[in-house]
Amino acid sequence: MKTRSLARTMLVLVALLSVQCLSAARSEAARVKEFDRSGKLVVVEKTGAYLMPAYNIKNKQPENIYPVPRPPFSEGVFPCSQCHSYMKPNPKRRVLTDYHEEIVLHHAEGQRWCTDCHNLLNRDKLRLVSGELIDFSESYRLCGQCHGDKFRDWKVGVHGKRTGNWNGDKQYLLCVHCHNPHDPKFKPLKPLSPPERPGSARH
Amino acid sequence: MSDNCKCDEHVQHKSRRKVLKSLAAGIGLIALPGREASASVWEEFFQKHFRELSKEELKQVITRLEKKYSQQFGKQVNVKATPPIEGVKYGYGLDLSRCIGCRRCVYACVGENNQSRDPQIHWIRVMQLDKEKGVDLSHAEHYYNPATVPEKGHFYMPVQCQQCEKPPCTKVCPVQATWKENDGIVVIDYNWCIGCRYCMAACPYGARHFNWGKPGLPAKDVNTNTHYLGNRPRPKGVVEKCTFCIQRTREQPGRYPACEEICPVGARKFGNLLDPESEIRYLIENKRVFIFKEDLNTQPKFFYFYAT
Repeated sequence: MKTRSLARTMLVLVALLSVQCLSAARSEAARVKEFDRSGKLVVVEKTGAYLMPAYNIKNKQPENIYPVPRPPFSEGVFPCSQCHSYMKPNPKRRVLTDYHEEIVLHHAEGQRWCTDCHNLLNRDKLRLVSGELIDFSESYRLCGQCHGDKFRDWKVGVHGKRTGNWNGDKQYLLCVHCHNPHDPKFKPLKPLSPPERPGSARH
Repeated sequence: MSDNCKCDEHVQHKSRRKVLKSLAAGIGLIALPGREASASVWEEFFQKHFRELSKEELKQVITRLEKKYSQQFGKQVNVKATPPIEGVKYGYGLDLSRCIGCRRCVYACVGENNQSRDPQIHWIRVMQLDKEKGVDLSHAEHYYNPATVPEKGHFYMPVQCQQCEKPPCTKVCPVQATWKENDGIVVIDYNWCIGCRYCMAACPYGARHFNWGKPGLPAKDVNTNTHYLGNRPRPKGVVEKCTFCIQRTREQPGRYPACEEICPVGARKFGNLLDPESEIRYLIENKRVFIFKEDLNTQPKFFYFYAT
């Protein structure tokens, strides 16, 4: 009799605890800070289902990691958070005047803005359309969202430069090693000197 | 009478032969190198064809050459004779939709393969062609030199040895100094080449080059990683050509050829044609590919393609 009452109280306790936990999680998940279209920071109520990612990351095939060298950052700009963590995120489309003025966007600029690729809140990450945050060293996945055919060829080593061993370890380059992401067209080069014409040098 | 006559003739004939014999011996003695000349001259003169050398003999040849080159250039030059890798046939891909004609490959090749700087020898020739006319060699220009490339309305087509499966050059060699190896690379034994240049006349790609003068190769620019059949320093009077960087690619792991490695636009692709996973197989199976002068049935293992 005594043991049964003990068991009952335990059960009630466990049930109460779990309810508490669940409701805490729910209440936390429901209120989300977000930027609206005009760029204002707003707090919105959302259901748990909405917050679920569009795909289950656990079941997703892991992306292959390709051995790439360090992304070609301009000197001193990375990590971005060294400046951006002290700044208020401003998602508004505008001409940059204080910093990064040298960046001229010439890459479907009509449809694109910084924060389409750079994550607004954690500047040290890039952002895929799916919402997934990736490192700069994985930027090929970002480029591959639009340039799928090039991404496919790059993965097998047909697009882009490859160095290393033809029958061993190969080094890939990131897209951004050859293409400036803000102005991706390959820039003309000065050709090396042409061959001598026959007869121009006698020996 | 008649007997006498015969005898006279016989005597005369014999004496002439004697005279000729002694004359030849005398000239021979004069032409021979003295005691001071190193034994390597003899060895070089009597060296067998590369493919007839036994293992021991090959070792001796290599040591002799290494010594000779090291003396000549004042630093240790290594000569390899790495044999083909089993189950490998090399293939090369060149993306004509990417090449911008910057000639980086030409000079990377010169540096890697110890080509003569003066007189100038280039194993790669980059042709500038009109987009409107396509691969029309009558409009090809390889002395182009604008401030920047690519130029509007043009495309660029580098040409080097196509490593034909049916090489016309090896067929015409009167001494079999050039042949196709099992991995598909067409090679030359510079010690066996007599410099007749028949192979140059037979090659439809202009890929073979002759050392008209003593190769001008500054000691500081010598690439010391060399292969007997590839980039070892050449003497005057022999033919040379691209070997897909045999000194790099015939290793395990083998580096990419120098031209592939330098290309700033990644237009050059290299791999094993027998490996279905290789990039060369991917591009042959998935891209628009053409081979140069297909109608000649030389069956090159050099594939021009368009990635886009």
